Amino acid sequence: MTGPIAEAEKLLLLKASGLMLLVVVPVILMALAFAWRYRATNDRAAYSPDWDRSRVVEITVWGIPAIMVGLLATMVWDKTHALDPYKPLPGGEPLLVQAVALNWKWLFIYPDHGIATVNELAIPADRPVSFRVTSQVAMNSFIIPDLGGQIYAMAGMETQLNLQANEPGKMQGRNMQFSGTGFPQQTFDVLAMTEADFDGWIERVRASDQALDDRSFAEISQPSIAAPVTYFASAPQGFFAGLLAGSADMPHAADTTAEGAGN
Amino acid sequence: MTEDISPLLGRLGPDALPLYSWVAMGGAMVTVAGGLGFLAIVTWLGKWRELWSGWITSVDHKRIGIMYIVLALIMLIRGFVDAIMMRLQQALAMDGGGYLPPEHFEQIFSSHGTIMIFFMAMPFVTGLMNFAVPLQIGARDVAFPVMNSISFWLTAAGAGLVLVSLVIGKFSTAGWTGYPPYSGVQFTPGVGVDYWIWAVLVSGVGSTLTGINFVVTILRKRTTGMTLMHMPMFTWTALCSSILIVFAFPALTVVTAMLALDRTVGTHFFTNDGGGNVMNFMNLFWIWGHPEVYILILPAFGIFSEVVATFSSKRLFGYPSLVYATMVIAVLSFTVWLHHFFTMGAGANVNAIFGIATMVIAVPTGVKVFDWLFTMYRGRIRFEPPMLFTLGFMCLFVVGGMSGVLLAIPPINYATHNTTFLVAHFHNMIIPGALFGYVAGYMYWFPKAFGFRLDRNWGARAFWFWFTGFILAFMPLYVIGLMGMPRRMESYANPDWQPWLIIAFLGACLILLGIVSLGIQLWVSVRDRVRLAAEADDPWDGRTLEWSTSSPPPAWNYTELPIVSVRDSFHEAKLTGKPIPTAPLTASIHVPRNTAVGPVIGFAGFCVGFGVIWFIWWLAAVGLALVATTLIARSFADDTESEAFPGRGTGIS
Amino acid sequence: MTTAVRHSDSEVSFGFWLYLMSDAILFGLIFATFVVMSTNLAGGPGGTDLFSMTNLSMQTALLLTSSLTVALAHHAAMEERIGPALVWLALTFALGAGFLVLEVRELSGFVASGAGPNRSGYLSAFFTLLSTHGLHVSAGLIWIGTMMMQLLLKGPNSRVLSRLSRLTLFWHFLDIVWIGIFSVVYLPELF
Repeated sequence: MTGPIAEAEKLLLLKASGLMLLVVVPVILMALAFAWRYRATNDRAAYSPDWDRSRVVEITVWGIPAIMVGLLATMVWDKTHALDPYKPLPGGEPLLVQAVALNWKWLFIYPDHGIATVNELAIPADRPVSFRVTSQVAMNSFIIPDLGGQIYAMAGMETQLNLQANEPGKMQGRNMQFSGTGFPQQTFDVLAMTEADFDGWIERVRASDQALDDRSFAEISQPSIAAPVTYFASAPQGFFAGLLAGSADMPHAADTTAEGAGN
Repeated sequence: MTEDISPLLGRLGPDALPLYSWVAMGGAMVTVAGGLGFLAIVTWLGKWRELWSGWITSVDHKRIGIMYIVLALIMLIRGFVDAIMMRLQQALAMDGGGYLPPEHFEQIFSSHGTIMIFFMAMPFVTGLMNFAVPLQIGARDVAFPVMNSISFWLTAAGAGLVLVSLVIGKFSTAGWTGYPPYSGVQFTPGVGVDYWIWAVLVSGVGSTLTGINFVVTILRKRTTGMTLMHMPMFTWTALCSSILIVFAFPALTVVTAMLALDRTVGTHFFTNDGGGNVMNFMNLFWIWGHPEVYILILPAFGIFSEVVATFSSKRLFGYPSLVYATMVIAVLSFTVWLHHFFTMGAGANVNAIFGIATMVIAVPTGVKVFDWLFTMYRGRIRFEPPMLFTLGFMCLFVVGGMSGVLLAIPPINYATHNTTFLVAHFHNMIIPGALFGYVAGYMYWFPKAFGFRLDRNWGARAFWFWFTGFILAFMPLYVIGLMGMPRRMESYANPDWQPWLIIAFLGACLILLGIVSLGIQLWVSVRDRVRLAAEADDPWDGRTLEWSTSSPPPAWNYTELPIVSVRDSFHEAKLTGKPIPTAPLTASIHVPRNTAVGPVIGFAGFCVGFGVIWFIWWLAAVGLALVATTLIARSFADDTESEAFPGRGTGIS
Repeated sequence: MTTAVRHSDSEVSFGFWLYLMSDAILFGLIFATFVVMSTNLAGGPGGTDLFSMTNLSMQTALLLTSSLTVALAHHAAMEERIGPALVWLALTFALGAGFLVLEVRELSGFVASGAGPNRSGYLSAFFTLLSTHGLHVSAGLIWIGTMMMQLLLKGPNSRVLSRLSRLTLFWHFLDIVWIGIFSVVYLPELF
C-alpha cells in the first residue's frame, strides 16, 4: 500500500542518501586506511610530523561538503514546495476530512457527507484526500505512514495535510506524538476503497443509530484506550469549526487527565 | 481536583512513596541504599574532614572538575539503567507484553533524556573544561573560583532533585523536552513535571554562571604569549561552547519558568485555554535546545582534535580551518531551531529555509572530519584508548551526520519525525559525537589529574564494547524508524518490529559491558597505580602546555607561569631541548581559601526547588533567604586568600 | 605585590557585562513572548482597560530619577566623600522602593479586579514581564543596602568602589528595561 506522496518521499530519501554516501563511505574508508597505514609500528610509512597545511587539501575539504550541500539545498527547496502538506494534490476535487485528536482516539468528520466516525477512516483510492486536523487534548501528530506526510494536531489550531492512496487496501494511521497512557494504542484503520465501495461505506455509516452531537461528543471525549470503531449517521455542519473556536470552553478540566484514565 | 495542602508539608504525604510498582520501589531502595552506603563508608573510613575541606568546599578548578566528572559518571549509570530498562521493555512489549506499567515507562524515558543531557553530558563536559582549560592556557585558576564552586553545587542540586524524585513522588512523564500542553497541569497533575522543571532550572543557573566564568577565563587569563591563535583546540571549543551557554541558556530559563508559572500559579502561557500559545514553548525551548547540542559536542570536537594530534605524533592539520569551522558552527547553531518542528505546519518557504540552514552546518562539520583525517595522514599513530574512541567517533559520526541531513530535508522529516529514526539519529550524534569524546578526554587527562595512567587493556575493551554495542543498539532503530515505529512506545502490535528491538536490547547489554569495563579499568588502575605512574607528567608525548607541569599539578598549576610563542609550545620545547621560558616568580603565590559558599548555595537551591515542587512555601522562602544572606555575607569577607607558595624573588634569593 | 589568583577588576567587570548580556536576552525573550501574546485576551481586559497614565508617569519618574541619584552616589564615593555617597544611595533606595510600592499597588489592583495573571495569556505575559523587572529592582534594593553597609564599615576601598560601579551599571540596566516596558507594554495602549 502506498500513495504518491509516500512514493515521492521515499524516492527523495534514497536520492539524498545515495548522494551523501558518495562522501560518507570514502570518509569511513579513509579513516580506517589512514589508521592502519600510519600505525606507529609501520616503519615503512611516510612520516611528516610538521605537515599541517595544504592549500589544495583545504580547498577540497571546504569545497566537497559545500558542493554536496549546494546540491542537497536545491533538492530541499524544490521538494519542500512540491511536497508541502498544505498543497492540494492534482487529480480532481479532493475528499475533505476533518480529523480531531482525542484521548486516545481519532474522530473523523466528513463535512460533505454529514457523517462522522471514530477510529476508522475510509477514503476512495486514486482520489486526493484533504485533511483538516486539530486536537481537543494535548498536542498529537497525525500520520498514515503508508501514505506519507505527518502534521501536528494542536488545540484551537487547524493544520492541513493532503494525501492520496494509489489502490484499495487496508492501512493503519496513528498519533505519533506522545500524549499519555493510551498513546501506544492510539491507532485507526485506514480503508482505501473504490468509489463504489466508498459510497456503500457512507451508506453503512448513515445507517448507524448514533448521531454526533454535544452529548455523544462528550461521551467519546472521555479518555479511553483502543476505543472501538463508532459510526455517527449525522454530524452537524460547522461542528469542526465550533471545536476550533470553542476549544477553550470544552468540559475537560479534570476528567481528561492522564490520572483520571490511567491506572 | 482538590488537594490537601498543609502549611508544614505542602502536598507531601504518605502517598508520595513509590508503592505503585515493584520496579519503582526497587529503584527507590537502591537509591536510598546507595546514599546511605556512601555516608556509611565515609564515616567508617573517617574521611569526613578530608571530604569537606579537600573537596566539598574546594574552589580549585581541578578538584571541581573532578567532582563534575564523578557526578557525570554516577548519573551516567543512573541514565543507563533507565535506558536498558526501556530496551528490555520494548524487546518484550509486543502485544502488551513487558514488565513496566505505562506510567512507569513514561517516567523512565523522561528521566533518561533529562539525566543524560542535563546531568551526564553537561557535567561531564563542564568537568573536562574545568580541569583542562586553565592548565592549557597557563592560568592559575579560572577567573571566578568561588562562582565555579557555586555552579557545580547548583548542578549537583539539580541532579539531587532528579534522584530524590525516585524516592519521594514521581518524575515527569512528559519526556525530556516537556512539551505542553501535555506537560501542563490539565494533563499531568502531580509533582512529576515540577521535578523536571526545577531540576533543569536550578542546574541551568549553574550552567549560565559556568559560561560566564569560562568566557572571562579564556579571554582574560591566558599566560603571556598565549594569543588566541596559539590556544589549544580544546580551549577554542570550550570558548565557543561557553559563549553559546551565555546566549542560549536564558531561553531555557524563560521557558521552564513560564511552564512553572502555568503549573503553579495558573497562568496561560502554554495552556490550551485562556489564550495560551503552545508553539511559543517549542520556539523558546529549541532556541536553547539546538545550541545546546553544540554546547555539548563542540568541546568533544576539541578533545578529538587534541587526541588525534597527540597520538598521531603530528601537528593538528588545518588548525585555522578548525577554529573558523568551530566559530561558524557556533553562530549557525542559533539559526536552525525550527527544524525540530517541521511538522507544525509552517509554510514551505519557512521549512525549506530552515532545512537548508541546517545542512549548511554540515559544511564546517565536514571540514573538521577531513582535518582530523589529514592529521592522521603521514602520522605515527599509537592506538591508546583515547585514540580508539576518536577513530570510532569518526566512523560512526559521519553516519549520524548523514541521518541528520536526511532529517533536515522537510519532506523526509514528515515521514520520519517522532519515529525511532530520530531517536537513532540524536543518539548517533550524542554517543559517538559527544560521549566518546568525553570518555577519550577522561582517559587522556586522567594521568594529569591523579599522577597515574588508566589501564590500557580495559580501556580498549571498554571501547570495543561501546563501539559494537552502539551499532547494535541504534542501527536497528534506524530501520524500524523507517518502518514507522514511533518513539516512546510502551507497547506495540507490529510483529515486524520485535526482532529489531531484541537486537537493540542486546546492543544495550554490550554497552552495559562497556560501562562495567570502565569501572574495572578504574579499579585495576588504582590497584596498579604505582606501575602506571611511570612518566605520568607527560605520558602521551603531549604537545600542549598542560603536559609541562607536574601530575597532579600543584593547586596553583604553574609555579612560574610559562611564556609561550608557538602553538604546540611543549612539543616545541621538547623538540629543541630548551624548556619553555617562564616569568620569574617575584612574590608569593596566593590561592583562594576554601569556602562553604558553593555547597550552601547548592543546598539552598535544592530547598527552593523541593519547596516549590511540593508547595512547601516556607522551605522555598528559607532557601531563597539563605542564598541572599550567603551572598551578602560573602561580600563582606576580605581575607579570602592564603599564601600557598613562598615567593622567591623577594630579596632573599 | 602578590601574584594572587584573585581576579583583577577588569575581569570582574567583564564578567558582569556578560551577565548583563545574558540577562538582556532573558528580558528580550520575555518581551518577545509578551508581543506574541499581546492579542490573546481570551475575553479578558486589555491594557487600555487597565493602565493608568498617572501611575505610569510616577513610576517612570521615580525610576529615572533613581538612575541619576545612583550615578551621583558612585561619583561621590569615587571622590571618597562617604557622607554624600550614603545620602545619594539612601535616596536611590527610597526611589526604588517607591517604584516597587507603586508597581505592587498597580498589580494587586489588577488582581483584585479579576485581571490577574491567570485571566488570559496576555495578562500572564504582562504580569511575568513586570514582576521579573520588579524582582530585579528588589534585588537591586538589597544590593544598595549592602553597599551602604560596606561603605560605612569598610570605607571606599577599591573592592567596594568596584562593586559600587557594577551596582550603578545594574541600576541603569533596569532603567533601560523599564524604558522597554514603557514603550512596548504601556505606550501602545495609552496613546
